[in-house]
Amino acid sequence: MIKIEKRNDVSRSIYLLTPVLAIFLTLFGGGIIFYILGFNPIEALKFFFITPISDLYGLSELLVKATPLCLIAIGLSFCFKSNNWNIGAEGQLIFGGIVGGGVALLLYNHNGFYVLPIIILSGAIGGMIFAIIPAILKTFFNTNEILVSLMLVYVAKLLLDYLVVGPWSNPEGFNFPETRQFSESARMPILFDGLRIHSGIFITLITVFLSWLILYKTYLGFQIKVSGLSLKTAKYAGYKGKTMIIIVFMISGACAGLAGVGEITGPIGQLHRNISPDYGFTAIIVAFLGRLNPVGIIFASLIVALTYLGAETAQIFLQVPKYTGQVFQGMILFFLLGSDYLLFFKIKFLGLKKNEL
Amino acid sequence: MYKLFLRSLISVLFLLGFSINANADFKVGFVYVGPTGDHGWTYQHDEGRKAVEAAGIKTTYVESVPEGADAERVIRQLAQSGHDLIFTTSFGYMDPTNKVAKDFPNVKFEHATGYKREHSNVSTYSARFYEGRTLLGHMAGKMTKTNTIGYIASFPIPEVIRGINAMTLAAQKVNPDIKTKIVWVFTWYDPGKESEAAQALIDQGADVIMQHTDSTAPVQVAEKAGVWSFGQASDMQRFAPKSILTSIIDDWAPYYVERSIAARDGTWKQQDTWHGLKEGMVAMAPYNSAMGSDLVKEVEQLQKDLASGKAHSFTGPIYDQKGNILVAEGAVADDGMLAGMNVYVKGVEGDIPQ
Repeated sequence: MIKIEKRNDVSRSIYLLTPVLAIFLTLFGGGIIFYILGFNPIEALKFFFITPISDLYGLSELLVKATPLCLIAIGLSFCFKSNNWNIGAEGQLIFGGIVGGGVALLLYNHNGFYVLPIIILSGAIGGMIFAIIPAILKTFFNTNEILVSLMLVYVAKLLLDYLVVGPWSNPEGFNFPETRQFSESARMPILFDGLRIHSGIFITLITVFLSWLILYKTYLGFQIKVSGLSLKTAKYAGYKGKTMIIIVFMISGACAGLAGVGEITGPIGQLHRNISPDYGFTAIIVAFLGRLNPVGIIFASLIVALTYLGAETAQIFLQVPKYTGQVFQGMILFFLLGSDYLLFFKIKFLGLKKNEL
Repeated sequence: MYKLFLRSLISVLFLLGFSINANADFKVGFVYVGPTGDHGWTYQHDEGRKAVEAAGIKTTYVESVPEGADAERVIRQLAQSGHDLIFTTSFGYMDPTNKVAKDFPNVKFEHATGYKREHSNVSTYSARFYEGRTLLGHMAGKMTKTNTIGYIASFPIPEVIRGINAMTLAAQKVNPDIKTKIVWVFTWYDPGKESEAAQALIDQGADVIMQHTDSTAPVQVAEKAGVWSFGQASDMQRFAPKSILTSIIDDWAPYYVERSIAARDGTWKQQDTWHGLKEGMVAMAPYNSAMGSDLVKEVEQLQKDLASGKAHSFTGPIYDQKGNILVAEGAVADDGMLAGMNVYVKGVEGDIPQ
């Protein structure tokens, strides 16, 4: 018979090392899959993880891809740390993009230095407003925030569809479902000629720093942590639970909105139906892989971004299906959760006792 | 030790770069918007790629590339990794294709269904699918008993509206009482939405269903409901053997082979291609004998006439929904009008989503 027992002494260093272990297990598992598919596993893994970042362009692409993931995951960490399950970052990203994009179209004929900051700010506010909805419904009407935030993703998607097909579509675009290209002053400045990495990365870095400050150096951060560890304790301590729930959702939504506006003013340059390849959902993996820790999330976003790039190069050089990338993401999460389980619980194999027979 | 490691790393990278450059084989890359197994749009492009491969030219493809920020990277990677000709097979790749083309003047680019050729190494190509729609309209007009034709439409772009109009005009010619009912699904590929749309149209009395979307779901719904249907992009007959009267087939293979060989031999030139039944880019699957041999003969004749230019899908008089004349009696619509078509003809129900 098997017995599962909680471990009382989990060392912090092991706790922080398990994501690394999960990544190595993923590499190992991935190698086996490639071997079964008939490839030399080392060679295949090299195409997957090394080739995409073997030149400057690749490194820049890695950062382009990691920027929104990191930003969203940082925001989500506020929610997740305090036991608020915001699953709808994708919707908050899209709504931020809609608001930011709307402002960009409104200011189409302006070209001052003020244009971009206004767009970015309105994108953040858009995401924030969209995240307040599940927070308010949760605090005042006891709804389940997982369901509400998830369903709002579809609301945002359909709203975007409606806008780019109808009122906001490019008047010279033959009715194709996209807006016109934003003006130059509405675009994130490119950092290096010929590369796509843009100044949005600074927004991300500043956000990471501020998050660290809030989470570890302020009273709010302490409240968030305590509520995450034990809601009852938080209540005894007299923390205003409702206000905190709304604040963490606002932070999370603002981050997702920033990510959305960064995408449309950065690499995309217009609004259309596919402004995000599900960054909001992938960021959930990133947040947990990074242990909800700002620094951890930076590394996690780079690794997950690499699985996207790797899936593309593996397609080009090995002609394996695109879904290998998703398999890798799935494996990382699987091994992380699996090792976490073994970290917090131990499995005891007991012999059968007589009276049980 | 550290220096040694660094040195060997640099030399490995150098060799890697060198080996890529030395590999001067001619290669063609394809970027697909969907999975190669969609049995519609992407499936047919991949059939075209296989024909290029069969002609002795190496090919690579990348499937399910989202039309957002990722497209540019994928196209660039193909250009960077030694592909000499790159086909980007969805409208959403238009701007990324032109952007990458600017940075790789020695690589040729072919973008499907777009209208931007900003650099001399970008060509565009598309097919006159509306000629196939004319044949579908003729059959639908003859086969319907309820005088209602159901049409599952994707996006209100000129290409789709052109198809709706061509079909309606042809159906009216053989059956003046015909009505075209449309459901917009705002997707190219979503089996769930497409089958719901098909069911809704059947519930509204349509006994012929056709689609401008790529999955096989609508024909399967039609098969179950016992109404007629038409396949899209590839021959979908095996998914609904009783219901399907024919399929419009996108045959990209001859074009892909021709352009690949031209690029390899250095005779590739920028052009805007719009081929139809005549050149074979639009082809028809075998006609279902259930519609009777007389009708099959009629449609075959019409197909020949469209191919030879004796008949044209948009021959006047053509009126819009309000009764204003669009094309005068005896005249035919020119390509400019077809390319920008954004109004319904008389007999189509509802409004174009704006």
